[in-house]
Amino acid sequence: MSLIVNSVSKAFGRYPALADVSLEARQGEFLALLGPSGSGKTTLLRILAGLEAPDGGAVTFGGEDLLALSARERRVGMVFQHYALFRHMTVARNIAFGLSVRPRATRPSKAEIGRRVGDLLRLVQLEDLETRYPSQLSGGQRQRVALARALAIEPRMLLLDEPFGALDAKVRRDLRRWLRRVHDETGVTTVFVTHDQEEALDLADRVAILKDGRLVQIGEPQAVYNAPADAFIYDFLGGAVRLRGHVAAGVLAIGDWRTPTPDDAPQGGVDAFFRQDQAVINGVEGEGFLAAVKGMAQRGPAIRLDLEALGEPLELLLAAGEVPDFARPGGTVRIAPRQLRLFAAA
Amino acid sequence: MSGSSKIHLPGWAPLIVLLAIAGMVALVVLPLAMVFIQALGNGVDGFLEPFSEPDTWSAIKLTLIVAGISVPLNAVFGLAAAWAVTRFQFAGKSLLMALIDLPFSISPVISGLVWVLLFGAQGFFGPALDAMGVKIIFTVTGLVLATVLITLPFVARELIPLMQEQGADEEAAAMTLGAGGWTTFFRVTLPNVKWALLYGVLLCNARAMGEFGAVSVVSGHIRGLTNTLPLHVEILYNEYDFVGAFAVATLLAGLGLLTLLAKSFLEWRFAGEIAATRRH
Repeated sequence: MSLIVNSVSKAFGRYPALADVSLEARQGEFLALLGPSGSGKTTLLRILAGLEAPDGGAVTFGGEDLLALSARERRVGMVFQHYALFRHMTVARNIAFGLSVRPRATRPSKAEIGRRVGDLLRLVQLEDLETRYPSQLSGGQRQRVALARALAIEPRMLLLDEPFGALDAKVRRDLRRWLRRVHDETGVTTVFVTHDQEEALDLADRVAILKDGRLVQIGEPQAVYNAPADAFIYDFLGGAVRLRGHVAAGVLAIGDWRTPTPDDAPQGGVDAFFRQDQAVINGVEGEGFLAAVKGMAQRGPAIRLDLEALGEPLELLLAAGEVPDFARPGGTVRIAPRQLRLFAAA
Repeated sequence: MSGSSKIHLPGWAPLIVLLAIAGMVALVVLPLAMVFIQALGNGVDGFLEPFSEPDTWSAIKLTLIVAGISVPLNAVFGLAAAWAVTRFQFAGKSLLMALIDLPFSISPVISGLVWVLLFGAQGFFGPALDAMGVKIIFTVTGLVLATVLITLPFVARELIPLMQEQGADEEAAAMTLGAGGWTTFFRVTLPNVKWALLYGVLLCNARAMGEFGAVSVVSGHIRGLTNTLPLHVEILYNEYDFVGAFAVATLLAGLGLLTLLAKSFLEWRFAGEIAATRRH
């Protein structure tokens, strides 16, 4: 029972929101749709939910044509960024909504609905709050109610639209782990939209990256992080340092620094990328490109180094032990990236 | 700021507040009090006299009928218009918004006159309607049409900002949870706007019963037949029956005060719930 999206397109007026997107979410998989705002990820999610109709393409779930079904017939649980809880209903009635609107023939008895609501309240750890109204809850609690409400209909697929986008960082991290546990307990196929690369990499089984309405890469978080398909993705996944360089005859030149390149490296002008925390600081006689140290600041457990190299500012984030004594503001150092990735210059 | 905390007003502020209160007393409270004083000028018997006339009662009945038809019509129209405007993008949306506001910006006399120009004896459809034996102007139908036009914006204007603020997410959520259109409307959309709707209906009703200009044009002032309360007040006044005119006017003033009271009561009684439907 997997979700298959086959070359789906959608335009709003003359603005193309999705162009020929194809992807698959396996049974029980946790798939993240990651992209900057305007990349079409929410549009794709709303198409899966039946809240938008695509201009072209096909969407099937377990072989069944989802596009032939209306939103109410799909049995797909949706969690909205701003919760969309029914504000005039208590927590318990919010969660019971999906069961209580079923046609009489398939509607569970009152007692059965009550029991199911109790189970879900336990699952989302809100047993004491069933008589509260949404306006009396914190953001994190509201989002948990929204999830319980979506799970109440025993959805065949769960869709989450930036569910933690409106929450603060700490609550966000806690809820993220908790959501993953709920997913593992219920085993429901989940598609999750986010613009936060850390969230996607931390949470998902696989990550699909969208840009300008196109799918640019899909894969497991570690694979995507280690081998981004292009410069945009490398940059978007966070903590990237970009340098301009030149490749000729198997040698990369960055400033006065020369280093051998693999055979498949692009030739000519290149963008060389490495992660902020993946570099060794050497003395001026050592290996690496030259950089002037402009400033230094403790940032949590790490040290942030503000540097200038090749006339451009760059920023490294290193553990305290990795910053040698001679790397002081006003000094000059050489930076040797541990792993460089080269993309032909745009 | 809590109601019990004392506010210190700096400098000239207390004087300005006093000026505002004096203005309100002179422009609102005094005239309103005059209505009641004049009405009771000949004692209670004089006050009750106009109510022994059948014409007064038929004016009351007619006013209730006209409001009873036009208010529900405009409640339904207001809901439908607000829903369409806030939930969909369509060509002509801003035109619809402008049309909803139009009765606010044109003179009520025009709102009456258009119906005469359309359906009157010399009007555009007049001869055709006459041939079919249908009469609109100088009948209850005409009064309802004029009142509907005048009170068109009240409900829609209350609902549009609220529904815009609330957004369509709750309705979308209801649909993904398996609710059909009507279920979503009665269990999600309507409860979310019920206070604004009620408030809009109250204002709409007050205006429907109190409207003078538009109704005056289409009514024909046929006593006992097409005379609403405000028109009846005018007739009595023009006949130098001042006490009678003011006695009937107390009904209209009372209606206004009652509307205000009902609104304040609702706001006080359901303050928490009203706030909850706006906040999220």
